[in-house]
Amino acid sequence: MQKSFWGYRRENGRVGVRNHVVILPVDDLSNTACEAVAHNVKGTMAIPHPYGRLQFGADLDLHFRTLIGAGANPNVAAVVVIGIEEGWTKKVVDGIAAAGKPVTGFGIELHGDHDTIMRASKAAKEYLQWASERQRVICDLEDLWVSTKCGESDTTSGCGANPTVGDAFDKLYAAGCTLVFGETTELTGGERIVAARCRDDKVRAQFMAMFDRYQAVIERHKTSDLSDSQPTKGNIAGGLTTIEEKALGNIQKIGKKCVVDGVLDKAEAPTGPGLWFMDSSSAAAEMVTLCAASGFVVHFFPTGQGNVIGNPILPVIKICANPRTVRTMSEHIDVDTSGLLQRELTMGAAGDKLLDMMFRTVNGRLTAAEALGHREFVLTRLYESA
Amino acid sequence: MIHCVLHDPNDSVAVVVVEGVKAGTTLTGLVLDLDRTITLPCVQDIPLGHKVALKDMAAGDTVIEYGVDIGKVVQPIRTGQHAHVHNIKTKRW
Repeated sequence: MQKSFWGYRRENGRVGVRNHVVILPVDDLSNTACEAVAHNVKGTMAIPHPYGRLQFGADLDLHFRTLIGAGANPNVAAVVVIGIEEGWTKKVVDGIAAAGKPVTGFGIELHGDHDTIMRASKAAKEYLQWASERQRVICDLEDLWVSTKCGESDTTSGCGANPTVGDAFDKLYAAGCTLVFGETTELTGGERIVAARCRDDKVRAQFMAMFDRYQAVIERHKTSDLSDSQPTKGNIAGGLTTIEEKALGNIQKIGKKCVVDGVLDKAEAPTGPGLWFMDSSSAAAEMVTLCAASGFVVHFFPTGQGNVIGNPILPVIKICANPRTVRTMSEHIDVDTSGLLQRELTMGAAGDKLLDMMFRTVNGRLTAAEALGHREFVLTRLYESA
Repeated sequence: MIHCVLHDPNDSVAVVVVEGVKAGTTLTGLVLDLDRTITLPCVQDIPLGHKVALKDMAAGDTVIEYGVDIGKVVQPIRTGQHAHVHNIKTKRW
């Protein structure tokens, strides 16, 4: 396995593998202005979203943590922030500035869209031209933070695509990388297996507390046995029958040797290397967005039936072992490991195939999702706005 | 050709990994953890990704996959039949 890659070393020492200039709305009112700035300054990227008003408590904390984390991600060179008013806009700007990243904010009130767009476009152009002169440098593999989540899973996920990630994760763990997995409810049926992989009783207790809390949410709100939502209709069409079966397939992503070293709240950044569990939804774009906010720079996304999402900040590598999906949805798939199911590929070779694509991706190769323009940025909500 | 795979030799179901599996075919199954094969009969058409039963099971029995409990049988299943949401349900929700 290679021991280094070409990355952008950011002000805070973290290493990114992309060099985005992001136009970030604090709230839904600011999406239009952000999109206008991205149109004016070619090569910048707006990431519109529907929330950011009248949220409160932990839900509001998560909103800020997600936006600040996304802006501070090492894959981002610089950020222009636009919000309806100055207060919350400044909060996001200050959060991103704490990472050392170039960032400026604009509030629409007292100015209007047009004046805001003009001033923000000037800032965006300066940032874009500055970013375009940033150079990649050789970085150690252990500086790479890798996340994983599976989606549109079927039984080939558990047999092929997920264990491929597991094999790669075992190798990256041994190399000292920082890794994360999540999808709390999707471990239902396998939570004891994950608990047994936790480093010590403290981590085990934290993990089980997160798992039990999410189970209570399901129990409180469910109106059926969830056999339409979790597993989804797509999972079931692909042959997955119960959440327990889906969970056992899901867990293959943490390999055989990784230890669960700690747990993270949604969009919380890890404090050291190793494998981390993040409390998170199993909804694909929500979870990948949380990984981006948490600081991860490349994502392994095994799929069965064919998930198509990407993320604006985090390059998503799609791995698939379903022979029909790699044939009918080929434009979405980066790594084909269907050979595992015909004994044409060993698990070690499949893991190496994924790692090879990982190095190509972090060194600059655009993933299928990036090439297809999939930039799903989906915020996780905890409850209703006030 | 491998028709189906199982994770653990004690599994009561295997996953079909090729298209076009028809009733009456004798299937070759790959035991992933051991890298050896078994043969088994298939008595129904089974779609790609769906499971085939490796043994007869009665309502109330536990279904074993990956070597662990992945649900309960709710309709009797015979060896070689299609095993899915019509005869297996979750125990958790």
